[in-house]
Amino acid sequence: MRRFLLHQYKSNGLNIVLDVNSGAVHLVDDVTYDLLPLYETTVLGERSEKTKEELSEKLREENTAETKEAIIEQLSRTYPKADIEEALEEVKQLEQAGVLFTRDEYEDLHIAHTEPVVKALCLHIAHDCNLACRYCFAEEGEYHGRRALMSLETGKAALDFLIANSGNRRNLEVDFFGGEPLMNWFVVKEIVAYGRALEAGHDKHFRFTLTTNGVLLDEEMIAFANQLLPSGEPQIANVVLSLDGREEVHDRMRPFRGGQGSYELVAPKLLRFAKERGQKNYYVRGTFTRHNLDFAEDVLHLADLGFTQISVEPVVADTNEDYAIQTEDLPRAFAEYDALAAEMIRRRKEGKGFCFFHFMIDLEGGPCVAKRLRGCGAGTEYLAVTPWGDLYPCHQFAGEDGLKIGTVTEGITNTKLREIFSKVNVYSKPACKNCFAKFYCSGGCGANSYHFSETAGDTLAHKLNQPYEIGCELQRKRVECAIMIKAMESSEL
Amino acid sequence: MKHVKTLNTQKLQQTVKKGGCGECQTSCQSACKTSCTVGNQSCENKEQKAVK
Repeated sequence: MRRFLLHQYKSNGLNIVLDVNSGAVHLVDDVTYDLLPLYETTVLGERSEKTKEELSEKLREENTAETKEAIIEQLSRTYPKADIEEALEEVKQLEQAGVLFTRDEYEDLHIAHTEPVVKALCLHIAHDCNLACRYCFAEEGEYHGRRALMSLETGKAALDFLIANSGNRRNLEVDFFGGEPLMNWFVVKEIVAYGRALEAGHDKHFRFTLTTNGVLLDEEMIAFANQLLPSGEPQIANVVLSLDGREEVHDRMRPFRGGQGSYELVAPKLLRFAKERGQKNYYVRGTFTRHNLDFAEDVLHLADLGFTQISVEPVVADTNEDYAIQTEDLPRAFAEYDALAAEMIRRRKEGKGFCFFHFMIDLEGGPCVAKRLRGCGAGTEYLAVTPWGDLYPCHQFAGEDGLKIGTVTEGITNTKLREIFSKVNVYSKPACKNCFAKFYCSGGCGANSYHFSETAGDTLAHKLNQPYEIGCELQRKRVECAIMIKAMESSEL
Repeated sequence: MKHVKTLNTQKLQQTVKKGGCGECQTSCQSACKTSCTVGNQSCENKEQKAVK
């Protein structure tokens, strides 16, 4: 039976209702808030798909009238009867309008990647790093392998592979990632030049992005990345600047190889980078760990420094690590997200607002259903390229045994692997079935699922379809906060 | 309505018909790299936007 899914919660004095399948968000009063669960269990609970079709109109009306009386009786101890009846009528209207108790009509959509299209590459331009971040999944840039820099030849071959495999997709994305990509800056610039030269002849548009720790950042690099194309877009369309927040927090986890902190060197340079690109098309990106569960302070520190586009994410680490976030840390993290959301609302009212990546939500648009079901596209439309030109399903899988999917010169050689990844979506993950956040995270990061799957010997497909629960809990909280912020903005109108 | 205020005017169901062009940004190229944040990506399909 096609199911509806409603999520009700109270936040910042608001009664919020998310109708998951339509994406509709409703602010409701107390009577409606208390009425909805009763409506769900009495009216809708008795009206299965079968009975809905088989019952005559008359019988259905009688059935609804009966349950309506039951709801009124139950709530009349708390609310006036007229209010309950009005609320019931409004709920019914919203249901009929397809914005409340909406059934899931998406499962049968053809969501598998039928055509082998690649549209985004993560180029591991340097498997080497000048920092020794304690939480680095790339093992200080080396990714289970040796230190290496990508050659220009391999970089060009990667772009050729992307164009050849991108079908009719026009916008192609190439991220310069590492290790630390500025350690191979000459090759970065040459790959950009090569890409620009290919665009017109193939009717493609490259969006280059750069993820950097800022250690080597200089004026020439900033000018190159920020220079505007005729379209008005910067040469490097988006930059991700790694800075964790407060100096002591950053330095604890992001030291140089010799142990000394890197904040003092990189913070001013990263800020200059952001300011010189007009405070647009970038994120200053931090990681919080168990050592700074008061991470709202780090987000606010970044805002106080002058950054306006901020992303601070929970660390993803082996549970044995002292800095790994544990299940018992979740209440503290939730409270911190609430505090951050409240402070962001306060600052916005004072004209000092900033953007927090994980509280961004577009209630009027945002991605289509197809995108929300498929997720990140790892292993299909998104691939990672090692310095040697090997292809992996994503940057987090680089160097993993058995997960090489091809090479930039030979193309996709492990089609079976691609097929497994192409079948991963919201509906392939049983744990997502009743989760209200599923259309905001597409069932979460596949690499996290894979690395946290506790059952040894499971198949790859099984591992990819077991969401990383701590990540899920935090994601749900962020979605709640993001909606609450929108609701507060709306209630101020 | 007296008891309910709906914040959005668009429905997810409306994106079924024209969606899926794939021109939008890959989520991991934006800022995350360790999570999956499709919900805050922008739609780049002009036809889809027109539907909305």
